[in-house]
Amino acid sequence: MTVQGLQSPAEVKEGLRLVDYLADDRIAQVVFLADRLGKPILVEGPAGVGKTELAKALAAVAGRKLIRLQCYEGLDESKALYEWNYKKQLLRIQADEGAAWSALEENIFSEEFLLARPLLEAIRSPDPVVLLIDEIDRVEVETEALMLEVLSDFQVSIPELGTVVAATQPLVVLTSNNTRELSEALKRRCLFLHIGYPSIEREKEILLARVEGLSDHLADQVARLVRSVRNLQLRKPPSVSESIDWARTLLALGIDEVEAGAVEGTLHVLLKYQDDIDKVSRDLSSAPADTMGT
Amino acid sequence: MLGLLTGFIQELREAGIPVSMVEAIDAAEALRFTNLGDRQAFKATLGSTLVKNARHYEAFETAFEVHFALLRPAPGEGVDDVAPAGLTRQSAQQGGSGGGGEADLEALMQALIRALSEGDQGLLRAVARQSVGRLAGMERGRPVGGTYYLYRTLRRLDIDRVLERLLEAAAESPELTPLEERLLREEYEERIEDFREEVRAEIRRRLVADRGREAVAKTLRRPLLEDTDLMHASREELAMLGQVIHPLTRKLAARLAQRRRRGRRGRLDFRRTVRSSLSTGGVPMEPQFRTSRPTKPEVFLLCDISGSMATFARFALQFVYAMSGQFSKLRSFVFVDALDEVTGFFEAGAAFELALERVSREAEVVWLDGHSDYGHALAQFWERYGGDLTPRSTVIVTGDARNNYRDARGDVMVGIAAASRAVYWLNPEPTTYWDTGDSVMSALGAHCDGVFEVRNLRQLEAFVEELALPLRRTGGLRKQWKPAEFT
Repeated sequence: MTVQGLQSPAEVKEGLRLVDYLADDRIAQVVFLADRLGKPILVEGPAGVGKTELAKALAAVAGRKLIRLQCYEGLDESKALYEWNYKKQLLRIQADEGAAWSALEENIFSEEFLLARPLLEAIRSPDPVVLLIDEIDRVEVETEALMLEVLSDFQVSIPELGTVVAATQPLVVLTSNNTRELSEALKRRCLFLHIGYPSIEREKEILLARVEGLSDHLADQVARLVRSVRNLQLRKPPSVSESIDWARTLLALGIDEVEAGAVEGTLHVLLKYQDDIDKVSRDLSSAPADTMGT
Repeated sequence: MLGLLTGFIQELREAGIPVSMVEAIDAAEALRFTNLGDRQAFKATLGSTLVKNARHYEAFETAFEVHFALLRPAPGEGVDDVAPAGLTRQSAQQGGSGGGGEADLEALMQALIRALSEGDQGLLRAVARQSVGRLAGMERGRPVGGTYYLYRTLRRLDIDRVLERLLEAAAESPELTPLEERLLREEYEERIEDFREEVRAEIRRRLVADRGREAVAKTLRRPLLEDTDLMHASREELAMLGQVIHPLTRKLAARLAQRRRRGRRGRLDFRRTVRSSLSTGGVPMEPQFRTSRPTKPEVFLLCDISGSMATFARFALQFVYAMSGQFSKLRSFVFVDALDEVTGFFEAGAAFELALERVSREAEVVWLDGHSDYGHALAQFWERYGGDLTPRSTVIVTGDARNNYRDARGDVMVGIAAASRAVYWLNPEPTTYWDTGDSVMSALGAHCDGVFEVRNLRQLEAFVEELALPLRRTGGLRKQWKPAEFT
């Protein structure tokens, strides 16, 4: 069940570009494979390089609905898969007072009383969807196991009801910030895609695509400076989304030339720790020759 | 194709990357949808199906480059026709001892500089090919490693001067702010690094053509970063290790925080249970529990920083300090044949590199001759700081226990062990070397609660994880090795 219009990696890339997501060849290839093989993509990389954006862009390209499951510590079955609607079941029992228990039991465990949570919803959807499981590394290893059935067989087993098999196969994207090692079982079922910081050229294109009215010159400078800043040993290196914010800020302030003095006041957009801001502004204002080691 | 794929998977496994059967099948399946003529697509396909850990990607790349080396432009021919205009074709003396006249060399240099200043990847690759062909002087069947050829090629090109020449050329344009100059410099450096990589790839390609892929793959196979021996790591590897330590500790901290939260329930709180039972008519429906606050361990870290142990001590310090949030108190000491406290150097906010520098400059660790003397150093520790040890303190000693045939002072160790909760010893030498020569591992280790072989990051991480766990009532790590069993 492949997405129309994504017949080759090149078309994937082009399609993503149309929705302002600039994929490189590797991303396009992996997305293409995921679609063809019907396998989930596990996207890993530092925060803010566009992992979640990729899923959103895919949904836009394929013209599918995006169903998102935001993971957090303590996420359980009733939040991820399904839950029985107790209140409604209770009402039903009260309304049917006097009915035989066996009939009642059959009645209250039917689809009518099922509350579908994201995973089940994605599977039951009559139209194919894009399922985004965001920050999977936040859930405990035990919870991870809940998703295995969905990810490999695209089905959910509900004891009272039987197995719900996917009517249409969703395109699944999982993201991870790599705060812990994911289980082998999960990794085995996915295609692995690591997204790192983009090259200068790609970042410049991203800036131009995302920030309206940005001049080519300023985009170039921002991309180059951000790359340089990432090479410093910082607590939190600036991500792509932060460099986009920074470019917007510069534009709004009418700064059209990135210079040490002019940008210092706006560094807090790019960096999130005071130590980092101090370090970068010290580094930028010092003479170029003595800051460079080999 | 299938044979080639299984061979490649075999190669990956030998390099230490776990590839399961299912993943192999996936890869074969995925190749059906891959344009095999497109090398990058082919690589992306294999990468996404076979390698599921970003840390293993580098090993994958090396294996890929060797296993699927481009064999087409055979050495000595077909080199020049890929060169774009501007690379003057000279009658190069192929296969000689690094042929090519001076004029020829200059032309190459010109082309290289142009490629670097414009960031032209195609030209850069062509220059790398030509340089290797003309300057490396590779001979068939000569048993020399690739590094030798790399060095030879780059030296002939005078690569260190290239950056200066590039910057001189850039300085001629007037309106260059210091900031721009700096950015430019960094970009040139990066491109030169790209060029090195191209040269390396070209040499590898020729070596594979000459010797066959198995032989080359074998020489290039390196242990994965987490398995790199800390004591014998190269400078490059050390730099890479330094970079991965930080994310590694962050992961570990997150994992520990999670475990702590999960193990929060303590004993039954009778008073609160009765209180809450009032709302259910006196029936204790929900038992209430005391929240137990797990105590964090207090750590005394003693590092041998004599010549052979310095690198290891550095990693131990860096790792433990990065985890300092997990300990209620962390004090560090360094020694060679005398011991000095260095806790102050590593105060919160101090840059780790600077602190290390201060340690090597200011710490007084030499008493007699600057050869390790564990006995004396431990005795000093016991004398000066022994009073600070409490039943909550954990003492960690790192070093190879090579005592240069001096008195090991096992009696001091007994005292330290008795005054603290636990004493652990981390030894970066392989277990089989312990107690050989001047190693007094058993003599000292007999009084420790645990002696651990820690030769790589993986082992270090495992140790710190155990260490930082909340104290259990039984106390102590399970012993890995009891010296008594050995003797």
